[in-house]
Amino acid sequence: MKKIFKLENLDCANCAAKMERAIQKLEGVNSATISFMTQKLTLDADEARFDEIVAQADKECSKVDRDCHIVK
Amino acid sequence: MDKSGKRSVFSGFHRRYKAEWRSSIMNKKQKKLFYRILIAAVLLVVSYLIHALLAPKFPISLIIFLPPYLIAGYDVLLEAAIHIRHGHIFDENFLMCIATIGALVIGEYPEAVFVMVFYQAGELFQSIAVGKSRSSISSLMELCPESATVIRDGKSMIVDPSEVLVGETLSVMAGEKIPIDGIVIEGSSSVDTSALTGESLPRHIEVGDNISGGCINLSSPIKIKTETDYDNSTVAKILELIENAASSKAVTERFITRFARYYTPCVVIGALLLALIPGFITGEFAEWLHRALIFLVISCPCALVISVPLSFFGGIGAAGKRGILVKGSNYLELLSKTDTVVFDKTGTLTMGAFSVTEAVAYQNGNPCSNAQSIDHLYSLTALLEANSNHPIARSIIEAYNKKYNTIPREHADNVTEHAGRGLSAIVNKKRLLVGNAKLMCEYSIAIPEITTEGSVIYTAYDKELLGYFIICDTEKKTSAQAINVLKSMGVKRIVMLTGDREQTAERIAKRLGIDEYHASLLPADKVHIVEKMLNEMPKNKKLAFVGDGINDAPVLARSDLGIAMGALGSDAAIEAADIVLMDDDPLKLTEAIRISKKTNIIVMQNIIFALGIKVIFLAMGAFGIANLWEAVFADVGVAVIAILNAMRTLKAPNK
Repeated sequence: MKKIFKLENLDCANCAAKMERAIQKLEGVNSATISFMTQKLTLDADEARFDEIVAQADKECSKVDRDCHIVK
Repeated sequence: MDKSGKRSVFSGFHRRYKAEWRSSIMNKKQKKLFYRILIAAVLLVVSYLIHALLAPKFPISLIIFLPPYLIAGYDVLLEAAIHIRHGHIFDENFLMCIATIGALVIGEYPEAVFVMVFYQAGELFQSIAVGKSRSSISSLMELCPESATVIRDGKSMIVDPSEVLVGETLSVMAGEKIPIDGIVIEGSSSVDTSALTGESLPRHIEVGDNISGGCINLSSPIKIKTETDYDNSTVAKILELIENAASSKAVTERFITRFARYYTPCVVIGALLLALIPGFITGEFAEWLHRALIFLVISCPCALVISVPLSFFGGIGAAGKRGILVKGSNYLELLSKTDTVVFDKTGTLTMGAFSVTEAVAYQNGNPCSNAQSIDHLYSLTALLEANSNHPIARSIIEAYNKKYNTIPREHADNVTEHAGRGLSAIVNKKRLLVGNAKLMCEYSIAIPEITTEGSVIYTAYDKELLGYFIICDTEKKTSAQAINVLKSMGVKRIVMLTGDREQTAERIAKRLGIDEYHASLLPADKVHIVEKMLNEMPKNKKLAFVGDGINDAPVLARSDLGIAMGALGSDAAIEAADIVLMDDDPLKLTEAIRISKKTNIIVMQNIIFALGIKVIFLAMGAFGIANLWEAVFADVGVAVIAILNAMRTLKAPNK
């Protein structure tokens, strides 16, 4: 399943790259792209565990930048 | 319930987005940082004066510099600590902490504070610049309608555009935005389509005309009947497209983020080696540590990492303002490497508006001009063509209407479509054929050779030729100019593809200055030709196909770059293409290439400039020529210049 999320408080381009890499490494993620300029995460992940994966992705984001979260 | 819920979330999302973009010039967080930097800077000057005039001894000397240091950098220290716990060691915050704490340890107090203050100033600038370019793209979002006036049971009421159903009547006053795509059912007016097409000349509309949402009604009130709901309207599609544009990243963009990943650890290891090895050899630890700190200060790849996506984003925004929708940074990058442009003829280089210029009836294999045989030719041809939506078929029907002042009453049943050739059907147990020479050949009908310009449509019934129509399509005013400009821009190969006859193709190609054309093609042939060209091309050059999005989706998909033209109101074209030119002016293509080239040049400038300065400073730092002040100044300066340079892409280049 592919879905686009907005990220709030994404203020640093290098952070976006780090988050992208961390989310790509999560289990069940087929592909993940973060656009720093539009503050969007395009996530393609296992449908059965989608919500769980989104929660994990959110955690990865806040690990890189404390204020940054996925808007659900 | 579910559906309407989704809709209101959708439009709510747009509104929230707009509000956010408007207020993002300097938000609360940025203001707070701004004041902190200001206070820290003032305190730094005071501390520096005390330090210089009174020259206090340790620890007083350290203590007087601590307030500005902590005011400027407390969050950096905090973030670094949190990140270490998460295992992100090579984090900008951490590096800044090491660099400044290192400077404090070796007694370079003013430098340490200066580095921190300046680093924060750079961060603030970056965040303002990014916010500003985000908000300047938001002018595109202005085409989003706020409300719609719908007429229900004779009463007009104002509702959210997402609540309007298909087939409802909307009233649009002068000066209002047309909320949803529809057909004009009352009144006539002129509309400003510039938000969608970039075309500043207003368009005249009257009853029966299609009109897209997002246009502004200029002169008088009109009523329109909606043809879609908001989610499927052109405006919503375009907004969605713009918002998702950046999800396909350019090669350069990926390269830079990958580069940044290795750059920082390498520089940090370099710093470590620089501090330890010569330190042990010479014994001057403080001096080499100082040099190593310079490495740390410039180890942040920010300038690069931020300026590349910012440039592409700006380019996409600039293109969007001109009615050119680019679906991703990668396409903007590819467009600058295009050296082969393949045009579909009809609707792209020519108007796509056909008219019958000649109708010749035949009897027993010879032309004849009696009214009876002409009527026979018209009525049988119209019988078949009434089933088709092809522009040529429509032009014949139009000619029929004009001649007989009525629409064809009958339609043939069981019509078979022969792609790229024509139509056939069985009428009164005999075969009726309407189509080009190829179709006639297939059914072994003898046809005369015709050399006048235009497409020829033959009609045959019961194995006998009834006559033919000559149908002309004129080229667009700007086609020749566009071809010329493309050539001067370094496009090496310009090819025209058409299903039309050799003679017509040759004449149009000659007039437009196109050297290569392929005529009499079926839709499938176009794919083969494009594939062959792709194989002949060097890997670093790209092929763009420009079509009108009707019937050429396979070619659009197969090319390196599929460009659909005149796509306003055609969802299929918006869907299939990589780049969408909202109006049908071929000059827009040259503009798109110009924007793409400018964007790519700026990206390259930034990469070379930022990397160059960093390398120079690494060398100067290692040899002890640069000090910390200069290093942080260079680092932040590079970022500022790179960002300002990147923001130039927001302005579309002049012609």
